[in-house]
Formats: sequence, structure tokens, C-alpha cells
Amino acid sequence: MSKFLDECFEQMNQGEVVVSYRGSINADVIADTLGLVEAKLEDTEIHNSIKKKLYNVLVEGLQNLYHHVDMPKELTSQEHPESNFGVFIISKLPETFRISTGNFVQKNRIDDIKEKIDKINSLSSEELKDFYKFVLNNQKFSEKGGGGLGLIDIARKTGNKLEYNFFRYNDQYYFFNLTVYINFLK
Amino acid sequence: MELINIEGTPKTPTVTMNPETGVVAIKGRSIPENSIEFYKPIVDWLEEYAKAPQAKTVVNVQLEYFNTSSSKCILDVFKKLEVLKKDQNEVVINWYYEEDDEDMLEAGEDYESIIKVPFKMIQIVD
Repeated sequence: MSKFLDECFEQMNQGEVVVSYRGSINADVIADTLGLVEAKLEDTEIHNSIKKKLYNVLVEGLQNLYHHVDMPKELTSQEHPESNFGVFIISKLPETFRISTGNFVQKNRIDDIKEKIDKINSLSSEELKDFYKFVLNNQKFSEKGGGGLGLIDIARKTGNKLEYNFFRYNDQYYFFNLTVYINFLK
Repeated sequence: MELINIEGTPKTPTVTMNPETGVVAIKGRSIPENSIEFYKPIVDWLEEYAKAPQAKTVVNVQLEYFNTSSSKCILDVFKKLEVLKKDQNEVVINWYYEEDDEDMLEAGEDYESIIKVPFKMIQIVD
């Protein structure tokens, strides 16, 4: 699996890397990553409101990963024995921050994920606002988080389309890669 | 009723709720993985408070940012205030946002449009 992950990682990797990680995704990893990114941006000229937007989207992206990293038993290996295995890379491009996350999903989940992201990507900013408010006010709260608000919120805050890829691992499992951009020069 | 005083952490806000003065304040970041657990005592307190509230209740919300898991819980807090207002009590909601933070201003406007209690939007200038 290591070679497969190296290839996925390679595809995810772009720009100047701020943080890159592969392993167990837990609450401490999220807190530490946020702390690290904050420290790295502290003395930069990036505007405060953009920094806050970046932290907000980063938390949302990593917690979304956290809630969906149930690693299938048959995929755990000696190098990666974690039951909550995920990957993320935060990088800086000339005019945008890039947050790319990855986790394994069963093949039968792909259509649902695609449909959800395609729908979000098809909406205007005004429609996203209404969709967000509708889900906030109507959707049942799940144990897993904000009841499906995460991706809508990311699309709304970044104003950019969500990019995704599915890399085939075997007949049953794919590696789902989601990438979002936070512009700092407009 | 008890005074609630929850100290903030890197992932949760500072919360004070005073039944004597009718002042509630939520300040800081709200990004816990499990928001229901954090907000339950706050929502429960408001429910109890609504049985014998002060004539005027003032709620100050000054969040740096919050995750979507918290957004639902924050709505639950506001829904308790909506009931309080419906019962003919005075409710003032002060929503603070930092200068240039359009995301936070918009978040306040979203809540205001859902719960139908006017918000006072207050910009914090450095």
C-alpha cells in the first residue's frame, strides 16, 4: 500500500508545503496542526481576515476527515495499523492556500460523495447561503458533526469550487482526495 | 439558579451566564469535535432560566470563528432566546465581529434571519 500512497501523495503535493501529514487523524493532530499553521503565518503579511478564514476552513476540512476516516480492517497494514488513517497537505501557492485531504472509501460510497460535491459546486454564492441555512435549520444533528454542513461551509467561505479525485486502490476501495483553495490575493 | 462560568480552551469559548443580571456571554473560538457535549449545559441552563427570567436578558456573542458542528448548537442557544422573547421578555443579542471579518458578520445575519430576533451587529475596531 505504501507505493500506492506515495503516488496519491505525489498527486496531492503542490506548491510550498506548510504541513504535510499521513497517519492517525485525531483531535490532538487537528489541534497541533492548527497551532503549527498559526505559528507559521504569524509574522506574514497575510491579512487577518484571510488567516481566520484559512483556520476556519482548515478546521472544517480536517474535522470532516476526522469524521470519515474509518479505515477498513483489510486495508490496515504493518506500516499503517491505524483504524483512523488519513492524509493531508497544506500548501501555499502564489495567490492561494491549498488544503488537500485524503482517505479510503468503499466503492459504493463514491456516487453519493460525487453527487453531493457536484451539487455544491453547481450553486451560486446566494444559493449556497440559502442551502447552508436550510441544512442548518432543518437537518437532524448527527453524532458525526454538523449534519453535512461542512462542505457547504467550505465552499461558501472560500468562494471556490471543491476539487476531488478518486484513486483506485482495488476493486472495493478507492482513495478519496478532496482539495480546497483559500485565495489571499483577489 | 447557578452562575455558569466556563473557562475557554483552544477549542472552546469562555462562557458566563449570570441569572442575577440576565447577562450571558460567549467569547472565543468554538471548534470542538463534539459540540453537543460542550453546549448541552448551556442550552439546559437557558431552558431553566426561561422559567423565571430577568425582565431583560442581554446576550453577548463574540466568537473568533466556529466550526459547523458548533453552528447547530449555537442555533439551539438562539432558539431558546427566541422562546424567551415570544414570552414577552426583552432579549438583546449583541453579535460582535472584527473589522473586515465578513464571514462572522454574515454568520450573524444568517442566525438573525432564522430566529427572527433582531441582532445588534457590533464591529470591533482595533
